[in-house]
Amino acid sequence: MTKLTSIRTLAALAVAGSIAFGGVAQADENAELVVNGEITLVTKTAAPDHLKDAMDTIYSGWVFRSDETQAMQADDFTNPGILDAEAGVELWNAVDGTEGKSCASCHGAIEEGMKGVRAVYPKWNEAAGEVRTMEMQVNDCRKTRMGAEPYKYVSGQMGRIVSAISMQSRGEPVNVAIDGKAAETWAKGKELYYTRTGILDLSCASCHEENYGNMIRADHLSQGQINGFPVYRLNNAKINQVHDRFKGCVRDTRAETYNPGSPEFIALELYLASRGNGLSVEGVSLRN
Amino acid sequence: MKLTTITAAVLLTAGAALAGEVAPKDVAFNGGAIEASLTGAPGDAAAGAKIMTTRSLGNCIACHEVTALKDAPFHGEVGPSLDGTGSRWSEAELRGIVVNAKMTFEGTVMPAFYKVDGFNRAGDGYTGKAAPADFPPILTAQQIEDVVAFLVTLKD
Ligand code: HEC
Ligand code: HEC
Repeated sequence: MTKLTSIRTLAALAVAGSIAFGGVAQADENAELVVNGEITLVTKTAAPDHLKDAMDTIYSGWVFRSDETQAMQADDFTNPGILDAEAGVELWNAVDGTEGKSCASCHGAIEEGMKGVRAVYPKWNEAAGEVRTMEMQVNDCRKTRMGAEPYKYVSGQMGRIVSAISMQSRGEPVNVAIDGKAAETWAKGKELYYTRTGILDLSCASCHEENYGNMIRADHLSQGQINGFPVYRLNNAKINQVHDRFKGCVRDTRAETYNPGSPEFIALELYLASRGNGLSVEGVSLRN
Repeated sequence: MKLTTITAAVLLTAGAALAGEVAPKDVAFNGGAIEASLTGAPGDAAAGAKIMTTRSLGNCIACHEVTALKDAPFHGEVGPSLDGTGSRWSEAELRGIVVNAKMTFEGTVMPAFYKVDGFNRAGDGYTGKAAPADFPPILTAQQIEDVVAFLVTLKD
């Protein structure tokens, strides 16, 4: 809160003094995200207990974006990611593979079968004995139930199906479990979050915990929450999945990255999701 | 000056420090400070200003505001403003901060610009691939001296 406020003061000063430091962004922590004039999303709330020693309040990345980008996400007609989610619904209903089945054959209509699912992922899978991301679960169904080729972990089709599934939890609070059998993976993710990498020697916390609210070059640093994923990025004009973003951030520390779908990124995703417990799933969000 | 800098960069990429230069692993700290020039000669302040605003080199303004460099866009706020830093720190201290700021500020997020070991998963620039065994520091000895020469001019 203090950080966001101080940024606003700085911005006001810069304007008053007409100093031409580029890209001073404003973050209005009281702005409300109401989609299509009807669904109010929680973009700011009390931090979950496990995070209380690090911060009091958690914010969606939406809070840190420009007024224009914020407004574009508030209307499904101006959020280009909605088209990908719609294409994902077609994939959901399309028969594929040797078993002659679609996702709908087992789960029914996506609105029914996938309601609330995204909010609790990544999740411990008892039968498989592992923590699974949405992407892993999609590919498991394709392989074992449909007899279809798995999608590439980060790919257009995977991005679209995950977008479609995520939309069925829009407005529900992120609520991933971090105890029981998931605890070990969660702890590994937490360790990765605080481990510095690369020649710039930075951890996720260096930017997203110690410096959210601050400008780094032309970017306004957010808390790096993943409640908004998948996101449509205006920068590359496509759906970006969680592991894609992780890879970009690790690369930017001048490091050898981990791969999408790797055990490291799965653990990191569970941990990151848990830092956002209480924020709304945004379905498909919009970022620059 | 520009040509000299480029030549130095090319040589260092090839894995060798120039004759008479202090190699990254041989830098001697006195606390957080480094007394002697890494090249044995003074740097060029104008070249230093360029390095500080160039994304592929120092990229210092990604994190710092510097009024003297305000013609360059996008100054960050992760570190303090560098206005007046030449009054707060001696030349030797500034050299130490740019070479490896962790020797002055424990646990800082400011990267070390003249260091080639002790990294976790060092990468090859921004490719996401592993760095070659003999990767160069982010800045050459000459570039460090140029930056230091500029920083000492930032008086209150
Ligand atoms: C050098 C700074 C830096 C580091 C280190 C860094 N990030 Fe980021 N990250 C950014 C910037 C800049 C953005 C884009 C603006 C924003 O949302 O903060 C970003 C965005 C993100 C987002 C998207 C948030 C949204 O709402 O769209 C996520 C998720 C994220 N980072 C996770 C991570 C993780 C996980 C790590 C560590 C593995 C990490 N970041 C390390 C700079 C960094
Ligand atoms: C990723 C962010 C980052 C980058 C890039 C960066 N710095 Fe810093 N710098 C900091 C932070 C943060 C501090 C404050 C030290 C601390 O308390 O951690 C600092 C402190 C300093 C100081 C001392 C400031 C004072 O007057 O007390 C100087 C001088 C400095 N930096 C110069 C540079 C130069 C020159 C470059 C580029 C070659 C650079 N920095 C790049 C983050 C950065």
